Amino acid sequence: MSNWDWQVFCKDTIDGEIVARCFGGPGDLTYLDWLLSAWGWTLSVSLLALLVALAFGSIMGILRTAPNRGLVLLGNAWTELFRNIPLLVQIFLWYHVVPALIPPLRGVPSFILVVLGLGLFTSARISEQVKAGIQSLPRGQRMAGLALGFTLPQTYRHVILPMAFRIVIPPLTSESMNIVKNSAVAFAVSISELTLFALQAQEETARGIEIYLAVTGLYFLSAFALNRVLHFVEQRVRVPGMIGGGH
Amino acid sequence: MLNLDFAFLTPQVVSSYVLKGFAFSLQLTLVAMLGGIALGTVLALMRLSSRPWLALPAAAYANTMRSIPLVMVILWFFLLIPLAIGRPLGAEMSAVITFTLFEAAYYSEIMRAGIQSIPRGQVAAGYALGMTYGQTMGLVVLPQAFRNMLPVLLTQTIILFQDTSLVYAIGAYDLLKGFEVAGKNFNRPVETYLVAAVLYFAISFSLSMLVRKLQQRIAIVR
Repeated sequence: MSNWDWQVFCKDTIDGEIVARCFGGPGDLTYLDWLLSAWGWTLSVSLLALLVALAFGSIMGILRTAPNRGLVLLGNAWTELFRNIPLLVQIFLWYHVVPALIPPLRGVPSFILVVLGLGLFTSARISEQVKAGIQSLPRGQRMAGLALGFTLPQTYRHVILPMAFRIVIPPLTSESMNIVKNSAVAFAVSISELTLFALQAQEETARGIEIYLAVTGLYFLSAFALNRVLHFVEQRVRVPGMIGGGH
Repeated sequence: MLNLDFAFLTPQVVSSYVLKGFAFSLQLTLVAMLGGIALGTVLALMRLSSRPWLALPAAAYANTMRSIPLVMVILWFFLLIPLAIGRPLGAEMSAVITFTLFEAAYYSEIMRAGIQSIPRGQVAAGYALGMTYGQTMGLVVLPQAFRNMLPVLLTQTIILFQDTSLVYAIGAYDLLKGFEVAGKNFNRPVETYLVAAVLYFAISFSLSMLVRKLQQRIAIVR
């Protein structure tokens, strides 16, 4: 391999001078400062999109198991719509098309649009998992709830969902790691996240390998951290007596 | 507010801007599918081998590829291939190599599951009949694994087709790029992105309906 030059991260982004201690002051950023802020954008986009995806994915997944054809149809249509258009195209739709068609959305920052785009794209996958989780429960659970005089929403709230959400934590974990990876498409609408940093810093410094290694490492680290957090949650909410459950 | 105008998308415009990109997207999907499945099958066999020097590299390859964002993989290859071969390589060719190697990691996981779903007795029966390892795999195990996994392999291919749009990162001229260039030239980006979305949706949705049909037809009666 050719010689490494890790000092590239200590360079000032404007004049290219190496800054002692590698961190610049206000208004005077080094590539390391930029890298860390880009990581912050990647994490913010990913985590907020995960919240959007969990909210809409859960609602749509639940609707798809409701005893009402209209609601099932709505949930299915939602899932097919957001699953069958490439993520990058969806991001462009949110950025270029939605504000043009819905004037009140014109001033919305692109960060919010990307969070919505990535979140709704992922909600289609989460709705599949939530639906599968609910359907994996014995039918008797729902019947028992209704027989005890619970209304249907009460049955979902107190009987079905507490079980179903625990069952779907493992697939949700891999979906959350996917969201971190998929957040890379935000570069296409100029969100200053890791991939955009990689593209621009590579061009400016011509130290592509060092820059890409750092960015790839941070993606890896973020996805891995999220995996550990969700694994911890999974351990904490285990149902005693189930396969793989606690005591 | 709603003044959409699709009139500029004449057959001539479509054929001069979009068709070239569409052809590339399809080519990329097909090559990466065939190459990816071939390479993925080899990786799966390596991973299931009892020899650690075969199993470990295959596992490391699949896990590394699957934990990096595809966009970054595309950028990595676009940076590294010219360094490796000593001359610049076009974005399109770079994309073909990247997608084949990247998808191989995903196809290998599918094939591994497919091979593991075949009862052990099948392998034992092959050996008992005097077949070699190659014959047992090629004539007994893999045909059944392919058949069992066909719907999953095709679903992965639909995802692959959607992911080809990410060659945007290195500026390759694919279906999405074709629409984008047309939108810029005629100053109608809203319309072209909409048509692009509808087209991608129509293709992916109808293919996934076909896969669903296929899945019901080839379900094995055990």
